Amino acid sequence: MKLYMTLILAILSMSVMVLSQDMILIKGSDTLINLVQNLSEVYMEENPNTAIAVTGGGSGVGIAALISNTVAIANASRPMKDKEYSAAKENGVVPIEVVIGIDGLSVIVNDGIPVESLTVAQIGAIFRGEVNNWQEVGGPSQAVSLYGRQPSSGTYVFFQEHVLGNKNYSPKMKQMNGNAQIIEGVKADKAAIGYVGVGYVFDDNRNVMKGLKVLKVAADKNSDPVDPLISENVKSGKYPIARALYQYINGKPKGAVLDFLKFETGKGQKIVEEMGFYPVAGEYLENNKKAGL
Amino acid sequence: MMQYFNEKKYFWEKIKEKSIENFFLFNGLFAIFILIGIFVLLFVESIPALKEVSILDFLTKVNWDPTSPEKAEYGMLAMIASTFLATVGSMILAVPIGIASAAYIAEIANHRTREIIKPTIEILAGIPSVVIGFLGIVVLGPMLAKLFGTSNGLNALNGSILLAIMSLPTIISISEDAIMSVPQDYKNASLALGASRWETLVRVTLPAASSGIFAAVMLGMGRAVGETMTVLMATGNAPAMPHSLTDPVRTMTATIAIELGETVQGSVHYHSLFVIGVILFFISFLVNLVSDIVLNRYQKVNK
Repeated sequence: MKLYMTLILAILSMSVMVLSQDMILIKGSDTLINLVQNLSEVYMEENPNTAIAVTGGGSGVGIAALISNTVAIANASRPMKDKEYSAAKENGVVPIEVVIGIDGLSVIVNDGIPVESLTVAQIGAIFRGEVNNWQEVGGPSQAVSLYGRQPSSGTYVFFQEHVLGNKNYSPKMKQMNGNAQIIEGVKADKAAIGYVGVGYVFDDNRNVMKGLKVLKVAADKNSDPVDPLISENVKSGKYPIARALYQYINGKPKGAVLDFLKFETGKGQKIVEEMGFYPVAGEYLENNKKAGL
Repeated sequence: MMQYFNEKKYFWEKIKEKSIENFFLFNGLFAIFILIGIFVLLFVESIPALKEVSILDFLTKVNWDPTSPEKAEYGMLAMIASTFLATVGSMILAVPIGIASAAYIAEIANHRTREIIKPTIEILAGIPSVVIGFLGIVVLGPMLAKLFGTSNGLNALNGSILLAIMSLPTIISISEDAIMSVPQDYKNASLALGASRWETLVRVTLPAASSGIFAAVMLGMGRAVGETMTVLMATGNAPAMPHSLTDPVRTMTATIAIELGETVQGSVHYHSLFVIGVILFFISFLVNLVSDIVLNRYQKVNK
């Protein structure tokens, strides 16, 4: 009888604990998912009363979920579009933007390709399908094999806007399900070129993964190619396709969400760097201040 | 008095009988209601897209790029061709292997071999499609790349082989049942006329079981057309029109699965995904209809 009582008490207290926990649902970008998962694990260790669940699906999916008010935070590797802002307004959702890190969006090729750097215009032409042999950009005579993301991905949209000049992707581009799949594809494919968040190109020892080469990118023909693996290049804005990594919340953050965001943009910045991304700097800091951080 | 009880008993019996009958009728109708419900939902959800983009554009234009910053394109030809390519490829591989192994299990294998092979094949049916898709990426892909000298193996052929593996259990176990149920008299008669065992199998047993085998193939094909995860992982998902089996393809199911999550509900893009659903529905309806017609004809000929 006593055993039963303790059991029931234990279950009761557990359920009370669960009920008193703050639950934060986060959804969106595949580029951010590992980073935010790591951040939330460390945060949960320090704050056992908060439970955070992070899922992927792509920036578009996360923003759609925020608009329909089913998540607390949307991860996005691109800024929200006007169309999405107006859809949010219709639903009575007021998106507030926070930047938690900077990404040097990396163009990767199979390490068998003897090309070290390309200009933004060349990369755009390759992904639009206008250049389809490596010979045309100083490589061997071999058909280019394109790896990219799916339309739900923020990286797909960002790349389309900033590298392809808002033109269509080549329909021959293989649309992979996440950064990790692009990495696997490019490693196995001797003619491959792809694009991923810079945090994905490293192995466990912080070296660039075997089989991959990260290209240096030049803004145009007359400027020097810039390496995204050197943090100064990305922080200073010299790297031409650097981008912010966003989180969106509905209305000014408060309570557990505010606390978590403060952790991410404060102490968590060390984790951001450990994951291969770069800490928030410059104008984005102002942006975050406006959001109440 | 006795008669009164009997009558009462009879009355209740009748009600019981009737209600059981109605219960089964209801079950039968329920399946039909669900089917109609699904079709109505698909159709109603696809109407807003059909108002914006004509059905002719959907069916005759090649490119699918609804999120294009230049001009949204809603052509389904490339993905219909992709689905067709992957499915036909898988059937070319799976049908001969499936029927041959069914014939072996039913006619040639001894009891012990059969008891080993049959459950093993049935286990194959239980392997989740994600696992098979993963095999396609890490094992089959590199192998195909080497074999064909292409730079990668994420293509229609990869998908076809995986789909063939997935539809084999269906084809084998249903064909085997069909072959098993051919009366022994037929075979005895054939053997008595001096036919060899091979001649008996090919000329008598298989034709006699053909309606069942045909149904097996159609069910296997249904599995291949509708499979999503495996093709999504292993075929490379390039939306371009495929020209050969070594081109990457993006099938109709993969397109729905990839894009449904991100579309804004109510947009043309969202509703156009339901148009794909309707077309898929018609394709599987057609497959079933054709198999029904063929089955009926065979049965008439057999009679």
